[in-house]
Amino acid sequence: MAAVTSLGETPIAAPARRPTGMQAGRRRRLNIFRYVVFTIFGLFFLLPLLAMARFSLEAPNKLGTWSLQAWRQIASYQNTGIPPLLSSIELTLELAVITCAVILVLLLPTMIWVRLRVRWLARTIEFLCLLPLTIPAIVLVVGLAYIYNRIQRVELSALMLFWVYVILALPYAYRALSAGLTAIDVTTLSEAARSLGASWFAVIVRVIAPNMRAAILNAVVLTVALVLGEFTIAYLLLYTNLQVELYSISRNTPNAGVLFSTSLAALTFTFALLLIVSYAGRRRRGRG
Amino acid sequence: MRGRLVTSSPMTRTQDGATRAAVEVRMEGLSRHYGPVVALDRLDLTLQPGELIVLLGPSGCGKTTTLRLLAGLEDADTGQIFVGGKDITRLPASKRDMGMVFQAYSLFPHMTVRQNVAFGLRLRHVGAAQRDKRAMEMLELVDLPTQADRYPHQLSGGQQQRVALARALAIEPQVLLLDEPLSALDAKVRAQLRDQIRRIQLEVGITTLFVTHDQEEALAIADRVGVMREGHIEQLAPPTEVYSRPATSFVAEFVGLSNRLTGEVRDGSVVVRGFTLPLVEHDRPNGQVVALVRPEAVTLASHDAPESGPLVGTVIAVTFLGATSRVTVDLGDATILAQLTTADASALPAGSRVALTIRPDPVLVSASSDPAVSAAGEEA
Repeated sequence: MAAVTSLGETPIAAPARRPTGMQAGRRRRLNIFRYVVFTIFGLFFLLPLLAMARFSLEAPNKLGTWSLQAWRQIASYQNTGIPPLLSSIELTLELAVITCAVILVLLLPTMIWVRLRVRWLARTIEFLCLLPLTIPAIVLVVGLAYIYNRIQRVELSALMLFWVYVILALPYAYRALSAGLTAIDVTTLSEAARSLGASWFAVIVRVIAPNMRAAILNAVVLTVALVLGEFTIAYLLLYTNLQVELYSISRNTPNAGVLFSTSLAALTFTFALLLIVSYAGRRRRGRG
Repeated sequence: MRGRLVTSSPMTRTQDGATRAAVEVRMEGLSRHYGPVVALDRLDLTLQPGELIVLLGPSGCGKTTTLRLLAGLEDADTGQIFVGGKDITRLPASKRDMGMVFQAYSLFPHMTVRQNVAFGLRLRHVGAAQRDKRAMEMLELVDLPTQADRYPHQLSGGQQQRVALARALAIEPQVLLLDEPLSALDAKVRAQLRDQIRRIQLEVGITTLFVTHDQEEALAIADRVGVMREGHIEQLAPPTEVYSRPATSFVAEFVGLSNRLTGEVRDGSVVVRGFTLPLVEHDRPNGQVVALVRPEAVTLASHDAPESGPLVGTVIAVTFLGATSRVTVDLGDATILAQLTTADASALPAGSRVALTIRPDPVLVSASSDPAVSAAGEEA
């Protein structure tokens, strides 16, 4: 059989032309503008973090002396009337993992199903998912207080907070996943997989989800960031997550160093997650 | 192989080198509505084992709906589908054992070419070594063994569609379905891939349904062409018959170009501008009609040539089409198209007087009262 490749097919991508003249000057000015903006925003975010780092590294009662004591105390710190810091960190991380898992298990198949089979329902689902954005946390607490009151009465774990966190994270996760679904031809890919013998489960797990990796990671990061930073609901429902614990420390202890080291650690964790997601997305796009 | 009609049961080649009989596909009374719109209207269609049928028609005629119903991607309102004698009407798409190539590029972007081709085998729990071997065999079949470790975005459109074909064939389906697989490709690649699809289909011997709106494509590769209109098949016949003996005026106008010339039916033939032409429908009653005459049935000669006929006109345009040229001739009260070799057409520049002759091919006539003589239909 003759090779058809040799008969004039060309790759889709063509090499970009090198900019010259005015184009080059414009690009240079644009680059300078970019660096200026990047520097200003970098300083805006970095300076408070550097201040936090400085306070967390200052030895208690010895101004001008550096110490890692506040960072060492993250794992063991405990004050009267509040649970150990480590346990609230564990709780918050567990809540983040559970919330992410529930969000993905609930939302991803639902959104794919709506896109493929019941498109007329898409607007309704979008409205329901975005609704929590419009409801203030305090209103949510009033509504949820009755339910959580009952949960606390039977002494269920603080992990039960994940229900309300799922509701809170819904709009952000929905937007991230929706962008991912729009970027791929879900209908054709799923029909191709179905014609090859894939069940609906295999279509979602083996074909659609891997092509939405960046969108899923974005949804996860947004959800994790929300759970790590959530204070109002946990505080009003009398649970002690990381933010509530930090608040308690700030009110009850003269050791501000632990407060700053823990806050900085939580922020650094979120930034690291963002970097990982960004790196993973870039590696996928750049393959080949 | 144009016009090849499979009447026996050819054998399909399987991955272990064995053969199995190609299957018959039968659709009976299939209907499909989208709200008030009738997409398919009690369609009956049978594909003989190993046959390649092309469904041809304008947008919205129901050809893609037919293919999707057969694939199980949509459900029929009424009717039944049989493959190899087995009723599969209610079977989900994943259990129908059909390979499909789509109009849009449908390769899984996160998998390499090899993984794409092996995907169906993986779902069938075929061992890794055998899966890999089969994938490479299929890639060799479509002339892409060197691209096995590339990702879809690194391939051209034509290459992607060939991989999609390899993927569809890798699972050894009973039926191959092709939904306008060439429409996104440029003309040259389209012609190459079209021939390759036909060659592979004959080599594998698989029963195939191909959907297109491109008549050249349909006529080039089909065993039989089904011309569809408003949810039903107007004519199902070998390409030569569809072209030379169209069953209806819609088929005549949709497939190729036709001149609409007024004439008069007299005792089983039609007289058009002094030429007596046989009729496709012999039982036509006498009277005024419009005859559909192909441009290639019209020959031109210089008016002062010794063999020039009674019909004379003036060339007003010559359209260069490559090996052939289309000449538009003004008859005074109308225009007529003639298709000639470019060498012949070059001797008849615009403004030259020509004598026209109409070859006595069987023509279709319609009782239309429209006396306008004009070109109709699409370019072949």
